[in-house]
Amino acid sequence: MYLNSLQEQSPMNAAPSTNRGAGLAALIPDAPKMDLEKEEICLEVQNLNLYYGGKRALKDVSLRVARNRVTAFIGPSGCGKSTLLRCFNRMNDLVDGCRVEGSILLNGQDIYARGINVAQLRRQVGMVFQKPNPFPKSIYENVAYGLRLQGVNNRRLLDEVVERSLRGAALWDEVKDRLSDSALGLSGGQQQRLVIARAIAIEPEVLLLDEPASALDPISTLKIEELIYELKENYTIVIVTHNMQQAARVSDYTAFMYLGELVEFDDTNTLFTNPATKQTEDYVTGRYG
Amino acid sequence: MDKNRVGQHISAEFNNELADIASRVLLMGGMVEQQIRDALEALVEGNQKLGAVVVSNDHRVNALEVAIDEECMQVIARRQPAAGDLRLVVTAIKVITDLERIGDEAEGIGHVALTYVPPGPGANMELRTMGRHVSQMVRNALDAFARTDVELALQVARDEEMVDQEYDSLVRQLITYMMEDPRTISGTIQLLWAARALERIADHARNIAEYIVFLVRGRDVRHLTVDQMEKAARDVRR
Repeated sequence: MYLNSLQEQSPMNAAPSTNRGAGLAALIPDAPKMDLEKEEICLEVQNLNLYYGGKRALKDVSLRVARNRVTAFIGPSGCGKSTLLRCFNRMNDLVDGCRVEGSILLNGQDIYARGINVAQLRRQVGMVFQKPNPFPKSIYENVAYGLRLQGVNNRRLLDEVVERSLRGAALWDEVKDRLSDSALGLSGGQQQRLVIARAIAIEPEVLLLDEPASALDPISTLKIEELIYELKENYTIVIVTHNMQQAARVSDYTAFMYLGELVEFDDTNTLFTNPATKQTEDYVTGRYG
Repeated sequence: MDKNRVGQHISAEFNNELADIASRVLLMGGMVEQQIRDALEALVEGNQKLGAVVVSNDHRVNALEVAIDEECMQVIARRQPAAGDLRLVVTAIKVITDLERIGDEAEGIGHVALTYVPPGPGANMELRTMGRHVSQMVRNALDAFARTDVELALQVARDEEMVDQEYDSLVRQLITYMMEDPRTISGTIQLLWAARALERIADHARNIAEYIVFLVRGRDVRHLTVDQMEKAARDVRR
């Protein structure tokens, strides 16, 4: 049997392996790689420093967030990733003694400039927190809340937006027959999707997700991740997560932060297979740096 | 294997699993080296008994490949390795595939040794030289893996081109044997098979060397010329 296999590849007619080089290399398609240079930039952070009283929580952070992409912030507790996320809709303004230097441009405009309407900013940049926080109202009223706040009372318009938002958050089929039930009766995963529906009802440009799945079971987590994948069609998404595999699964770009500094920012594939710095390598492989 | 590469995880058990994969790859490499040595000796010295031993030992190499594959799969499923760890596991899976093929080629040489009649004086000499070079390449490829030594891996790639030349010149020499005396044809063809097997082993050693560059530098250098490979391997990001 062995002789047969040898005869098939007799040495006399076998080509020597000189078939290497540029010609062949050119034929190999590059692995899919995101290229920030080719993206439309939605948010741009420039030399951002943030102080809580005397403590400097963000150190000279600069990065760009691409439109209609998912950007993940990872890093150990206290590294500043949530702080940075909160800067995008000025949630830190509510913290006593918090001071921000540098700038964040949303579509080229500095959101920390004088005269910026913060309420308007937060309509453009929605946020979802770790723990689902539905209002103690009906499912319908939760989603309609933002519009009612803006003075919209047209029932037909509200119906439309509620349905579209709940569909967008992949929750419609589960709740369409009980829209007037209390939102508090939903499961944790459903509540989180409801909160996302509430956030997208006012059609923001950017969605900030702060640990959106960390309080959820694995199936609900996967549903949220699937939802993130669908939402990026229409929104720019920034997500903070402790779960590195989650960042690897859902994001296009990943930023690794450590002690208030941005250590590495790259497309997610590169960051998780071939990071440039040892600190990132140690973190994503589960070593202590 | 370099302690930095497999050690220092928060999970000591994960350290152990990666270290175990690396050491079993090297164990398999050691078995394959022995198979090449024995096969060559069997052929050149006309030791048919040793040839039979080589043939019967191939299944050990195969079994180790299956076991390491399984271990790697378990680590992927349970640990979701990333970055350097991921590259180590992927490299291990690819290295053992080539080691198994090298084992097959050695087995083939062992087969030839069972019935081999040298076609003429001196014919074995060239094969012995080529065999020494090829064995060294396999040794170096494995050392490069053990020490994550990119320079040594590049050396293996350069040596592969040299072995190709040795193979070509041996083929030319054997053709003259056959033209001069048709009675040598049968033995010459056997020798050609063995030489071809050695040339293939060198190819596999080079493949392994390419995986080492990927392991250490994160750059895929397959299907490149040696010059391109060196350039890519030395283009360090960090």
